[in-house]
Amino acid sequence: AALWLCRARPLLCPGRGVPRPLRGLAAGPEMHFGFQSVTEEERREKIYQVFESVAKKYDVMNNSMTLGIHRVWKDILVHKMNPSPGTLLLDVAGGTGDIAFRFINYVRSVRERQLQRKLKHHQDLSWQEIFENYQEDKSNSLGDSQVVVCDINREMLKVGKQKAQHLGYSEGLSWVLGNAEELPFDDDKFDVYTIAFGIRNVTRIDLALQEAYRVLKPGGRFLCLEFSHVSNPLLSRLYDLYSFQVIPVLGEVIAGDWKSYQYLVESIRQFPPQEELKAMIEDAGFFKVDYENLNFGIVAIHSGFKL
Amino acid sequence: GRARLSHSDPRGWDERGGEEEEEVEEEEVWHQLYPGHIPTSPLQKALLAAGSAVMSLYDPYRHDMVAVLGETTGCLALPNLRDKMKHHPEGYRILQERPRIRLSTLDMSRLRGLPDGSLGREYVRFLEVNKVSPDTRMPPKFVDDEELAYVIQRYREVHDLMHTLLGMPTNMLGEVVVKWFEAVQTGLPMCVLGAAFGPVRLSARKLQVLATELVPWAIRSGLNASCVLNVYYEQRWEQPVESLRDEIGIFPPP
Repeated sequence: AALWLCRARPLLCPGRGVPRPLRGLAAGPEMHFGFQSVTEEERREKIYQVFESVAKKYDVMNNSMTLGIHRVWKDILVHKMNPSPGTLLLDVAGGTGDIAFRFINYVRSVRERQLQRKLKHHQDLSWQEIFENYQEDKSNSLGDSQVVVCDINREMLKVGKQKAQHLGYSEGLSWVLGNAEELPFDDDKFDVYTIAFGIRNVTRIDLALQEAYRVLKPGGRFLCLEFSHVSNPLLSRLYDLYSFQVIPVLGEVIAGDWKSYQYLVESIRQFPPQEELKAMIEDAGFFKVDYENLNFGIVAIHSGFKL
Repeated sequence: GRARLSHSDPRGWDERGGEEEEEVEEEEVWHQLYPGHIPTSPLQKALLAAGSAVMSLYDPYRHDMVAVLGETTGCLALPNLRDKMKHHPEGYRILQERPRIRLSTLDMSRLRGLPDGSLGREYVRFLEVNKVSPDTRMPPKFVDDEELAYVIQRYREVHDLMHTLLGMPTNMLGEVVVKWFEAVQTGLPMCVLGAAFGPVRLSARKLQVLATELVPWAIRSGLNASCVLNVYYEQRWEQPVESLRDEIGIFPPP
């Protein structure tokens, strides 16, 4: 029994004692891909292939792996953002559109409430005036808010566009193929920058953070939703057990793809913990950097401002 | 470049050494026994077995799930089969030489040119009529023994020849009959499950034929026949199917 425990160790708790090489800073050509050691270029390629292969089942897998909780995490992110109509959002690594759609819904409902309040104040309008009011506001249901979804992976964008069409999202939404480390946008453009479950897959996190800083307007906000570290030891062991024993199996059974999901759980272990990521964000020039743990640190939302 | 992902823990599992130097070159992946092998813990195997069983019933087109089910539940039946092969002269040779049945190793034109009724000719006819190819067999992933991985691979590749010898097509009915035969022959739980649950998707009429004629015949043949994995099919293409059936002990199909 003890022998089995030893043999299974790397499968059960690979997090312990596994080398922690360069955390997103390529000090040399060697980088991590899950628990493997690869060059920068190899890493980019492998990650591209992972997402190419998971794209179609991405949403199904997310729901199965997190038992649907990922939806709550994303809702919390957008609520924290609390966008007002007129906000210009850049959602990086936004592939299948989850954040973008939530943003649009949020802004739309804020706008509707705005309109209702406005109408309540005008008690003596004629029918003609009320009609005109509705007309001009209907064509502006988002209040000029816009979201740009940027992703490096064509397949993920494809899935996102199909979803948008299927769900009826068209206004205020655009899709751009781009690299988080080198964004195809001008300086000082966006009010908010979000990256949900994407920064872990970026090869040079420092560059991505610098780019985020660059494209945000002064006063703009950086928001990052990502898997992080659980400090509670009991919970951490349960989480490891679930991650390494169940998730690759789910990947195999649901998506026929063990290896991509093995990569997923390994990459979570390799990613910097909360404080370290906070320091990296500060290094990029952001102020008032803070983080909020969700579910005991399984996931964390980091926030910063460009002043 | 390495296009494949592989699970590796470059430091091995020596906890006592503490933080060791990480391996820079991508060496032999730790306890990966053959290309495509994914080492799994007993818990993972159990979960895989349960998940693949459910998924193969839910979506019969997920042949990969049937394959996974076979691999994760075969821990008793596979060594049994391997031993049967070891103790038989022809089976032993197969284990040594490890022949593979693939389009690249088969000379299709030669087989097509063989006389009607011969194994080779009928096998090719079966492939063409049912529009299948031997290359669609999944390589094993979760078998933790290199030789047993070959045994299950051989079993998969020989499956189409079973169809030919039993004269069964690849529709649901034919597959179920072959599964009954294979269940008796190999004892693989996957075959047993397939044989038991396969019929749920058949019409009443087919079920009747299945129950009254086909299954009893399949079982009788399966019990009577010697181990089908002990036949070096690649060296018997010219042999008439009927003579081979006789030799193995399969009764003529109804």
